[in-house]
Amino acid sequence: MNAALDSANALNFQCETGNYHTFCPISCVAWLYQKIEDSFFLVIGTKTCGYFLQNAMGVMIFAEPRYAMAELEEGDISAKLNDYEELKRLCLQIQRDRNPSVIVWIGTCTTEIIKMDLEGLAQKLEGEIGIPIVVARANGLDYAFTQGEDTVLASMAQRCPEQVRAEEQETRGGLQALFYGLRSGKKKEEEGFHKHPPLVIFGSVPDPVVTQLTLELKKHGIRVSGWLPAKRYGELPAIEPGTYVVGVNPFLSRTATTLVRRKKAKLITAPFPIGPDGTRAWIEAIARELGIPTQGLAEREAEVWNHPQVRDYRELLRGKSVFFMGDNLLEISLARFLVRCGMTVQEIGIPYMDKRYQAAELALLERTCEEMGVPKPTIVEKPDNYNQIQRIKALQPDLVITGMAHANPLEARGITTKWSVEFTFAQIHGFGNTQALLELVTRPLRRNAALKGLGWERLVREEAPI
Amino acid sequence: MKLAYWMYAGPAHIGTLRVASSFKNVHSIMHAPLGDDYFNVMRSMLERERDFTPVTTSVVDRQVLARGSDEKVIRNIVRKDGEEQPDLIVVTPTCTSSILQEDLHHFVRQAQLASRCDVVLADVNHYRVNELQAADRTLQQIVEFYITKARKSGELDGLPQKTERPSCNILGISSLGFHNAHDLRELKALLRDLDIDLNLVIPQGASVHDLKHLGRAWFNVVPYRELGPMTARYLQQEFGMPYIEITPMGVVETARFIRQIQQILNEQGIPVDYEAYIQEQTLHISQAAWFSRSIDCQNLTGKKAVVFGDSTHAAAITKILAREMGIHVVWAGSYCTYDGEWFQAEVGEYCDQILMTEDHTRVADAIAQAEPAAIFGTQMERHVGKRLRIPCGVISAPIHVQDFPIGYRPFLGYEGANQIVDLIYNSFTLGMEDHLLEIFGGHDTKEVIHKSLSADSDLIWTREAQAELDKVPGFVRGKVKRNTEKFARERGLTEISVEVMYAAKEAFGA
Repeated sequence: MNAALDSANALNFQCETGNYHTFCPISCVAWLYQKIEDSFFLVIGTKTCGYFLQNAMGVMIFAEPRYAMAELEEGDISAKLNDYEELKRLCLQIQRDRNPSVIVWIGTCTTEIIKMDLEGLAQKLEGEIGIPIVVARANGLDYAFTQGEDTVLASMAQRCPEQVRAEEQETRGGLQALFYGLRSGKKKEEEGFHKHPPLVIFGSVPDPVVTQLTLELKKHGIRVSGWLPAKRYGELPAIEPGTYVVGVNPFLSRTATTLVRRKKAKLITAPFPIGPDGTRAWIEAIARELGIPTQGLAEREAEVWNHPQVRDYRELLRGKSVFFMGDNLLEISLARFLVRCGMTVQEIGIPYMDKRYQAAELALLERTCEEMGVPKPTIVEKPDNYNQIQRIKALQPDLVITGMAHANPLEARGITTKWSVEFTFAQIHGFGNTQALLELVTRPLRRNAALKGLGWERLVREEAPI
Repeated sequence: MKLAYWMYAGPAHIGTLRVASSFKNVHSIMHAPLGDDYFNVMRSMLERERDFTPVTTSVVDRQVLARGSDEKVIRNIVRKDGEEQPDLIVVTPTCTSSILQEDLHHFVRQAQLASRCDVVLADVNHYRVNELQAADRTLQQIVEFYITKARKSGELDGLPQKTERPSCNILGISSLGFHNAHDLRELKALLRDLDIDLNLVIPQGASVHDLKHLGRAWFNVVPYRELGPMTARYLQQEFGMPYIEITPMGVVETARFIRQIQQILNEQGIPVDYEAYIQEQTLHISQAAWFSRSIDCQNLTGKKAVVFGDSTHAAAITKILAREMGIHVVWAGSYCTYDGEWFQAEVGEYCDQILMTEDHTRVADAIAQAEPAAIFGTQMERHVGKRLRIPCGVISAPIHVQDFPIGYRPFLGYEGANQIVDLIYNSFTLGMEDHLLEIFGGHDTKEVIHKSLSADSDLIWTREAQAELDKVPGFVRGKVKRNTEKFARERGLTEISVEVMYAAKEAFGA
């Protein structure tokens, strides 16, 4: 049971039963509809899907979100009603009320089981109503939580144009404004940029993070020609054969595959820009692939680590142990960052482990463990939450990163927890968000310090079963 | 297919899980895809539950689709039986599993052979019933299962022996029920005052082993319309037990509730008379009756209100508003559309119109048309109220974490009546305050103060940086601006670009 402890030599991969708690992948609509401002997400599913989204999205639901359920009724299941006519009716209503530039259909478990041909229906309906319809099968039969974004972006990747019209190049995605300023008319000369093949970054991150990472690359003369997704559907980046692509998030393996196989793009395999170590390695990998020398990255990384607040936070983490139960696929990158901060990782639970797409991140994790002199953790794919809780009970980690289903019960048993979902919503990428990331990780430890001495650590009766 | 943004009642399995996980030592196994166990998050978050929610999933994935659940469900049941030794495992179908058409009955029978605990399959159809109906059915199903079991094993012969002193059961207190824990405490206090013993409360905190003793009570109390009536009817059939369906919410209904207890006890040969108690509570202890005579309440006379919620709460609040406070209820409605006749009969005379719908946009439109001075509804109506600038008191699920207060907030009984007075009165006066402030132009002078702090800046923000600043949420924008300018001044910069902004952000961490 405590294989996590005696794996000092190499990363140890295991696979359990897959009985773990995570969000349904349809939750990706919550952040994607906000990211893609002219989109509308239609989730084709049942009351169960609707109830989950309604509760998971919390107060967002009241802000007239650009998402809705196409709730399947008994007549739809038994094919008494015609799928095509039903979807057409709803999509026309959406077009009338909201006039979006794209409708994204999210297929669910139910549409899989009754084998509704969403791709076929979309193609036909798209022609009839004149709005692009993108289909993503983000269902709980196949995927976990953040992988929902992966299915949507993989579908969108196929809609990326081969090239952009010349007159659009100025304004596209707001990126050119970052490079040249908004002064229209004369185009500033491209000084400062190296000549290199086009580079597109994939992964949905908040706009400020887009700006920060784009500028970070600009410092090295690397020019980002687009992001997948962009702020607007009409601004999807151009991807031609030979375009370099790089991911910002560890859960985008289908998108990567699609870009490589369907769009003939070249994938840069890099660690992910989470934490200053990850950000530096990410930039270095991109620069290396593009054949561009970098300068001052080591100093830049050191500067972030030495920021007084960052030092204080690292001090809090040094020598402490952390256990990832696993639910959002950010686990490898976060674990690597926390080892660099001085923590020991006891176990990395993860829903799905793509060793190819995450190869550079796994290598960096191994190297980081060696350099920091801590044992290499066991990586448990498809974990079993019940078994994990037994291991947590035995190991008594200083911090458990877990979903909300387990957080309160663990806290009541004196185990400190951090809610994992926050990492998917907070801004954690790039050099500039290191403090924010550490703020999240250290919050429960700081809370513990504040309440120290009250004797209220364990708040269940002795006989309570774990 | 129907376009839906919001639903008032959840899917059927939520009802089953609410009932099953309310019992002590009962485990539920959902037959569902990954991610459908969101119930655990809700219980852990909304109720701040200290214990692990006794619900696990037998995951339906591609393999199950291809080959059927095969031994998987059975293996999971037997495994859970060994790990946690529950008294009962409730196998819970979901919308996904119900279209797979696997023979879950067969799995349950197989698993029963290999398990020490009892195993039942929740008998609910996902496409026909909602959370509330499923909860009602599951409670009845579990009760019937254990009474039948006791009959078979000879532990229960004929009619059970009644308790020596008058006693009752309370049916329908459950996990994730609106203020249920507080209501239970208030009901217990009321029964104590009436000198009636409590035989059993189900499902909250009950052990399934006790269910065979339900028949010992003299009568059943079903405080909520949504959860319990099926069980009460079953127990009446089985043991001839009378039951009270009146919800003791509001002073008048609480009195009616007590009088019915009196009648039941009188019929069973106990000559109790609670009239003096009702008088004393109503006139001197509870504040609600006095409130309706006070000047405060006089000011509310004829004010317009609308009410929407589950059957129990919407009906009771409508009656309180109209009958006990003289407020004009323009319309009252409920999303329990399957129970429309009952609702009509309960509130028909207390409001101008009735609205039975599960569509929140119809509710919102009806609110906008009525322009009431206050709304009493669910969290959804609260947000409609925000948009229309009409105050709202939350009286029913669906609810948020703030509707699970730590302080004592019953809706039932005499203390409940006090709480409801506060809720109603605060909703109306807050609206009035807002209105007066508007008439007198407000008393907010912070604009003036700000000017002297942020004027004469010697720094130039580039257009891009200004645009980036505008993206920062309003409540921290001022701080970001000040920090950035401070950062620029310290470095002798006169122009603030996006790069400077982010450099400042890193330096300050803000």
